[in-house]
Amino acid sequence: MHELSVASAVLETAQRHAERRPVTLVALRVGRLRQVVPDSLSFYWEIVARGTVCDQARLEIDEIDARLHCAACGHDWTPGWPEFHCAACGASDVTVVAGEELEVEYIEVQEHEAVTAGREEAACTGPR
Amino acid sequence: MHRTKVRIVEDALDANNTIARANRDDFDRHGVTVVNLMSAPGAGKTTLLERVLAEPLGDIRVGVLEGDVQGSYDADRLASLHVPVVQLNTDSGFGGECHLDANMVRSALPSLPLHDIDLLVIENVGNLVCPAEFRVGEDVRAMVCSVTEGEDKPLKYPLMFRSCELVVINKLDLLPHLDVDLDRLLYNLEAVHPGVRTMTASARTGDGVDELRRWLLELTAGHDRGAAAVV
Repeated sequence: MHELSVASAVLETAQRHAERRPVTLVALRVGRLRQVVPDSLSFYWEIVARGTVCDQARLEIDEIDARLHCAACGHDWTPGWPEFHCAACGASDVTVVAGEELEVEYIEVQEHEAVTAGREEAACTGPR
Repeated sequence: MHRTKVRIVEDALDANNTIARANRDDFDRHGVTVVNLMSAPGAGKTTLLERVLAEPLGDIRVGVLEGDVQGSYDADRLASLHVPVVQLNTDSGFGGECHLDANMVRSALPSLPLHDIDLLVIENVGNLVCPAEFRVGEDVRAMVCSVTEGEDKPLKYPLMFRSCELVVINKLDLLPHLDVDLDRLLYNLEAVHPGVRTMTASARTGDGVDELRRWLLELTAGHDRGAAAVV
């Protein structure tokens, strides 16, 4: 469910930057705190990308470990489970340094001299 | 034919967040405080709202935006409370969206009497995952977590529990019939979201409803002061 929403949001971002060029790769950085299941995201990606400029695009998911920082004692750590108190001193003034990313880092697009008829069809959204 | 790398480095939800900010600006312009109310399906959001709005909330004028995948069951239930209720269905999306997003809320703005309300409660689609990802233009996020869901839910859905400023533990009247440990539930909640405001309530008996009413009153009054300070 969640992955479908995320896949749709990634598609929207990639499409906007593709400017109608066919996309071959979408590089995504996903923090582990976002609770995204990569396999599930890839599954939904193929579904939502169908018939769009991202039809043939591979989704590359870079998972980012969570890093927390304690303002009280300066301790930095990667939590093993959802516990947002400092692992060293127990303080609750903890900030998330990494792990909340849901970022489209870059895409790769094919530059064409002549766009094929099929692609032009897919890109055309206006009335005939 | 060659390939070009297009650097983007953009949050995938940027488009949603931009619309959410536009919604927020519109709400602010009308001096409307907005609460995004979320929970799992069946946690008691609507029943709690029925209780909270059974009597006037001081001199605060309340409106409700009901988000559901289908139907107007919840809006119909609230219709007798004499507050403006607008129903928003998400089933025009891909198989029925499981959450409200900023654009859906934006589409409902013309139906909302923003001039005539001070507080808008947006009852999101029941779901502990997706609604946490999508800002809709709210000032605060509140969630209802019923004791019947079990004490482990904050640990399983930290994204949702961490995104809320208030968690109302509902269905407290059922506690004697359950094996759920309320202290353990609160402990898990504190682990996931240190310092989050919590309340316990029973929408069925009305226990704890006054505290939620006070919270909404203070929230709306505080927002007004903030708006006045800006002017």
